[in-house]
Amino acid sequence: MSWAALLTLCAVSYALKAIGPLLAGGRQLGPRVRRMLDLVPVALLAALIAVQTLGAGHRLVLDARAPALAVAAALVWRRAPFLVVVLAAAGTAALLRALA
Amino acid sequence: MASTVLPTPRRTLRNAAAIGIAVGVYGVSFGVLAVAAGLTPTQACVMSMLTFTGASQFACIGVLAAGGSALAAMGPAVMLAVRNAAYGLSLAPILPGRLRDRALLAQLVIDESTAMARAQDDPAAARLAFLLTGVSVWLCWNVGTLAGALLGGGLGDPRALGLDAMFPAAFLALLAPQLRRPGAPVAAVAGAVIAVAVLPFAPAGVPVIAALAGVVPGVLVARGIRA
Repeated sequence: MSWAALLTLCAVSYALKAIGPLLAGGRQLGPRVRRMLDLVPVALLAALIAVQTLGAGHRLVLDARAPALAVAAALVWRRAPFLVVVLAAAGTAALLRALA
Repeated sequence: MASTVLPTPRRTLRNAAAIGIAVGVYGVSFGVLAVAAGLTPTQACVMSMLTFTGASQFACIGVLAAGGSALAAMGPAVMLAVRNAAYGLSLAPILPGRLRDRALLAQLVIDESTAMARAQDDPAAARLAFLLTGVSVWLCWNVGTLAGALLGGGLGDPRALGLDAMFPAAFLALLAPQLRRPGAPVAAVAGAVIAVAVLPFAPAGVPVIAALAGVVPGVLVARGIRA
């Protein structure tokens, strides 16, 4: 990969991140815009969870990640601490793969 | 309550460190794969420091490793980075200060720092969670990249440790407290359904961006609740 291509990618990535903080950083937005922006990470994080749990390239698969997420969901439901949730998920997936 | 999940700065620091360590292990595999795809160790490190968007970086070197051109590698990498623009906008209200500070903080806008910030109840806690998570992930990702680029393979597959299952679990734990906002459960379900429906057909990165449309039913339902 050429340095020119690499640095272009760096610049584009940074520009995307910086739009919000540079143009609107610290600005108090109207309540309607505020409520809409509050739901943006909600929709994106839910999508990310779905893609990271079920996605394998362009295929949807059920593997060790799905039961791991189910364990995590049960623990979140029971208000377990964050570290317990993530370690239990990793442990579940590792165990299922070791048994497979 | 979000505060029962993440009540103190100390707990925030601990959680930020945990996320950082998991990301660091992926940083090692990124370093290994980047060098295998033809990048020099310096290029791998510069990419991790300046791009600092894991999914984009893996997509980029994936295309290069498969024999694609640098230009072809940029497409999916940029698509995967577009969601950071949406994160940046939603974080803007908690990122005040001088232009120079905001320009620096912008580099820390990623999945993990956004999720941690948005799981907090008040702006001060959100700012702290954003900063601690962003710095922790940035440090671990870059140390991991350097180690992977220099040492090469032999460090094992993060999947065998179940680390790939750790990220959706962490995002779920951070999403849960946000679901109390009006319309949020609808936005979450709609976002997940859209992403899964689009995944088989769309290029990498597009499913998560398409999930932005899930905000619309969320806003409509929230309006119905208030009306």
